Amino acid sequence: MLKMINKISVLVLFSWVIIGAYLIEPPMSGVSNPEIYRIFYFHVPIALVTFFAYGFTMFQAIMYLRKKELAYDYKSVSAASLGTVFCILATLSGSVFAKYTWGSFWNWDPRETSIAVLLLIYLAYFSLRSAISDPVRKANLSAVYSILGFIAAVFTMFIWPRITLGLHPGSPGDSASGAFIVMSAKTWLVFGPSILAFLLLYIWIYSISSKIKALERRLD
Amino acid sequence: MPMKQSGLANKALAILIKDFKSEFRTRYAVNAIVMFALVTVVAVGFSTGGIALHKDMQGILLWLVIYFASIAGLGQSFIKEEENRTATALRLYASASSIYCGKFLFNLLLLIGLVIVIVPIFAVLIGLEIKCYSLFLAVLILAAISLAGSTTLIAAIISKASIKGVLMAALSFPVILPLLIIAIKGTQKSLYDNAIFFDGLPELKVLLSYAVVMTVVGFLLFDYVWND
Repeated sequence: MLKMINKISVLVLFSWVIIGAYLIEPPMSGVSNPEIYRIFYFHVPIALVTFFAYGFTMFQAIMYLRKKELAYDYKSVSAASLGTVFCILATLSGSVFAKYTWGSFWNWDPRETSIAVLLLIYLAYFSLRSAISDPVRKANLSAVYSILGFIAAVFTMFIWPRITLGLHPGSPGDSASGAFIVMSAKTWLVFGPSILAFLLLYIWIYSISSKIKALERRLD
Repeated sequence: MPMKQSGLANKALAILIKDFKSEFRTRYAVNAIVMFALVTVVAVGFSTGGIALHKDMQGILLWLVIYFASIAGLGQSFIKEEENRTATALRLYASASSIYCGKFLFNLLLLIGLVIVIVPIFAVLIGLEIKCYSLFLAVLILAAISLAGSTTLIAAIISKASIKGVLMAALSFPVILPLLIIAIKGTQKSLYDNAIFFDGLPELKVLLSYAVVMTVVGFLLFDYVWND
């Protein structure tokens, strides 16, 4: 029942977000080409869900270290691998925006660099997992590393872009929007459902992939 | 070694002294770190020979040398315990938290020794001129504490995995990167003309919080790595 509601609300929300993102006013006014900023309706929710996914990975890792049940390890790794897919999507969509706003796909803006670091942290997490064969030891060590990695990720995502200047909207160096973005109520009408839609999509895929992981384990 | 009921600090100190004694006999980590640092500093000096490097560039190169030398050497203390099969004896002797403290102090002193060796060589070969010593030292010490705190935990993780050499660089780089960039900015500020200590206050605040968070997280999580 709950799953059915989830699926239907993903369908409804995404239909609304895709229509709304192109028909309602763009999130920024007073810039030279406001239409480009429509990607905000997709890019920012994906980035937020990425961060949620990695936080959820850490939560499952903590649960594993407390309970020492391998089921939490499978949940943790499927949350992380799906989070990495979202992280790649956020990087790509941000890169497209960067090309048409600042002229090149990659500018070493603090925000761009920090998402690259986030990607590196979790690629290192997967290479650590593949370097250990014993499942209990693998679960233990990767749980510890995912906690350490998430804390480093908080530093890179939230603290570092705020003490250096950058081009990204919302950072002190951005001349178009200034340090704070003020969103109108109409913008929230699309932005809010978009966050919810991506979050529900994440939860849906996550529940399937963690189930697959558990079944694979039973086969071994 | 006779078992004594002593506190965390005493045991940490005993492990530190033990590591120093064994290091003095083999000079395993010291040789690796100092040679690595020397080679990279000379390589940098050689390839930029004759070019007057900008102050920003000097700060960047200094930290890159310190970073690569530290990941070459700091992992050794745990790998040595596993390879010599002394880890079990150490596990019997002391609790995980005192082992972490001992190893952390050892790595920290190793790093400070490395910096004491590198900075004068760098000053001579690259032409590093420090304008504000208090800021320069404060950045170095805080960055060394957070570098030691995070690499001690990662080294313990690595010592249990199968491919050790490559993983140390792969695992420590993304965790250390934010620290590295802020340390570079702080060092650059101490090299500018008319630099004063308070120029680098935002960097020092972030470095201090990073150092505290990393050592505390390492201290809390080390138990799960060590006794798995």
